[in-house]
Amino acid sequence: MELTLFVIVGAIALLSAVMMLISENAVYSALFLILNFAAIAFFYLMLDAGFLAMVQLAVYAGAIMVLFLFVIMLLGADPVRHTTPRKLRWLPKAAMVLAVIFLLTASVAIIRGDVGAVGGVAPTLTADGQPLSFGSPAHIGWLLFTRYVLPLEIVALLLLVAMVGAIVLTRDSVGKRPPVVRRLANPPAELERPIVGESGQS
Amino acid sequence: MFTVPSLSDLNLAATLPATLLALGASVLLVLDLFVPKGRKALTAWLALAVLGVSLIVALLSLGDVVDLGTGEGAFFGLYIADSFTDAVSVIVLVTAMLGVAVAYNYLERTGMQRGEYYVLLLFSALGAMLMGAAGDLVTVFVALELLSIPLYILSGFRWRDEGSEESALKYFILGAFASGFLVYGIALIYGATGTTAFGGIWAATRDLLAADAATKYVLLLGAGMVLAGLGFKVAAVPFHMWTPDVYQGAPTSVVAYMSVAAKVGGFAALVRVLAWGLPDFVLSGQSAAAWQSTVWLIAALTMILGNVVAVAQNNLKRLLAYSSIAHAGYILIAVAAMGTAGVANEAARAVVIYLMAYAFTNVGAFAVIVAVERDDGGHTDIDNVRGLAKEQPVLAASMAVFMLSLAGVPLTAGFVGKWFVFKAGLAADLVPVTVIGVLTSAISAYYYLRVIWFMYFEEGEGKAQIAWPLAWGISVAAIGTLILGFFPYLLSDMARGIALAFGG
Amino acid sequence: MILNEWVFVGLFFLLGPVLLVVPIALSKWLAPKRPTPIKQDAYECGAEPVGLAWKQFRAEYYIFALVFLVFDVELVFMFPWALAYNKLGLFALFEMVIFVLLLVVALVYTWRKGALEWS
Repeated sequence: MELTLFVIVGAIALLSAVMMLISENAVYSALFLILNFAAIAFFYLMLDAGFLAMVQLAVYAGAIMVLFLFVIMLLGADPVRHTTPRKLRWLPKAAMVLAVIFLLTASVAIIRGDVGAVGGVAPTLTADGQPLSFGSPAHIGWLLFTRYVLPLEIVALLLLVAMVGAIVLTRDSVGKRPPVVRRLANPPAELERPIVGESGQS
Repeated sequence: MFTVPSLSDLNLAATLPATLLALGASVLLVLDLFVPKGRKALTAWLALAVLGVSLIVALLSLGDVVDLGTGEGAFFGLYIADSFTDAVSVIVLVTAMLGVAVAYNYLERTGMQRGEYYVLLLFSALGAMLMGAAGDLVTVFVALELLSIPLYILSGFRWRDEGSEESALKYFILGAFASGFLVYGIALIYGATGTTAFGGIWAATRDLLAADAATKYVLLLGAGMVLAGLGFKVAAVPFHMWTPDVYQGAPTSVVAYMSVAAKVGGFAALVRVLAWGLPDFVLSGQSAAAWQSTVWLIAALTMILGNVVAVAQNNLKRLLAYSSIAHAGYILIAVAAMGTAGVANEAARAVVIYLMAYAFTNVGAFAVIVAVERDDGGHTDIDNVRGLAKEQPVLAASMAVFMLSLAGVPLTAGFVGKWFVFKAGLAADLVPVTVIGVLTSAISAYYYLRVIWFMYFEEGEGKAQIAWPLAWGISVAAIGTLILGFFPYLLSDMARGIALAFGG
Repeated sequence: MILNEWVFVGLFFLLGPVLLVVPIALSKWLAPKRPTPIKQDAYECGAEPVGLAWKQFRAEYYIFALVFLVFDVELVFMFPWALAYNKLGLFALFEMVIFVLLLVVALVYTWRKGALEWS
């Protein structure tokens, strides 16, 4: 049973990754990536890492994809909208088929208890303070806030730095328009430049 | 394991230098919001004060004047508070203080003056310090990110300039890739040993080798990937490609700091992983640790490529970029020497000594370029230092000191560093790579002396802009380089207490 | 077959798309169709739509998304904390307070820099 599940979901993960690459519409690519993330979240669930699966969905398929889509739309999806070649017109339909297969497989497997049976989301530790089981959210919480508290606080600093960086690199100072917009005032020539310049005399 | 810990179990006192810096940086970020534009000198001063306080605590702890509870771990062993931690902290904090001094005028005259610069610099220094203190691969990873991410941002600080933008993008993408290698390596090491703590890895390695399990090759692969990830940070061949482009494009004051800080962090973590975690990882039929041959091969390649390519450079920032690659190679000799049982302590000390010497010298050399550079970021070619000795004799003399020190001429800090590194290499019987080190040092003399030649014996306008924080920075760096060169025992005293926690 | 908490997750997966598709399909089959140009226009809160939806978005969205991402990650750490809290007590509370304070600094910074405003 596990092998069958792995083959089906693995095929979906691979296919969605390939389709993400061949799709010429950046927005479609982003949607394929969501499907890919979801399939990978299911793998985590198969490995009894339920918490990771939820994090994968919430952070990657959720927040990061929203960010990706905004960036795609910021750069302007219009130039690529009409360029989908005739031979790739089947992509959206294929995506829907894949998504339906994935949802059916995943939900049936979860309801049958084929995956995720270990760990659970139970918010308890056992009576003597032992975590319920390895990899459950309660266990992760226990470890994060005892042994791994130093990395945890460093991560908080990292998030702080990330926020500062995002604002430093996109804003001049208080209240001004972000530079990204001004740069795109004359996009085509600039966008066609290779991003990485010549690497010099090395 | 499963008793609820209390706050005193964290042993916060032992982490005082790092904790103070973290607290100071966070508070400074908020304070800076209320410092009006044009008064950012206040932020720079506060940053210096935070670094200074932290430096004093680290120095007191290093000199055994106060006992912060070092010797024991803090944070359940994820933070090791020993002499190595203190020494690395001192190097990083000195570098960061010089970095702030070098940056202030430069940011002012190039229109980049923003308080975030200093805050990001503090955070990145904290990351480098934590890499030296890491007692666990998880700490290594998050500390590496805390070191790197501010550096990516700082590289792009002059985002109006395409060079700076390219530099930040290139550094970020390749850096993220390298982090991926590191994490994968950590995962494999965890897979092979069942732990990420260095003490646990050390113990598990012995069992693994005793059982002669095939899992040891998983460990080997993991160690290799960690080596690749950290090799990127210290700019070792073949992971050096980003260095010249990033150094050339990034604001020079950033490069002055980052060329040293990233190296200190990277090497500190390498020493921790290899000498603390995997010193006894000896495959059958070998006399030294399994990673030793790889490391010395990388060291040889790094020294040869860095020095040979540097000869052809005409841009000073690129020249120093290749020079910094070459210096990574010298330090790697000492890292390789750590693989031989009995030499590990001496080699770890050599790494620290070299990094301290390199910190003063390299920040100083870039600081001189900062002075020579024009406001638009141009004017950094070797031609632009022509005649500098006539117009700016003190500046030219300082640059000469830095160049001589980088070349490893006696009576400079650079010589002391090379001396200890080569000594460690010979003690570990790594004769070929040490010979390569000596030979390539001779090559390097050519391009370092060429800079001096241009300053002293060629005609030119020799223009430079110096104001007092920068002048102080350069002076401290030059005097530091000379003092450490005249009194080498200062360096060896500093590293004296460093000893491996396990094995060795 | 083991019934566990994940069953609800599975049911959610199954029922979510169904509840999405059924109303659309129903209205497609049942509703009478007498199209006029105005009816076929995209509905945008009653205002007349201008231009296409595939236009360039403003950079503010991007900053919002970034800020959202940072706090999303923060929540990821809060969830296991909440689950382990009853055993960890004050110790974990202290750690979480530091963690949250650092992110409050981030929020204050973002706010003061005006990144939360629609300029």
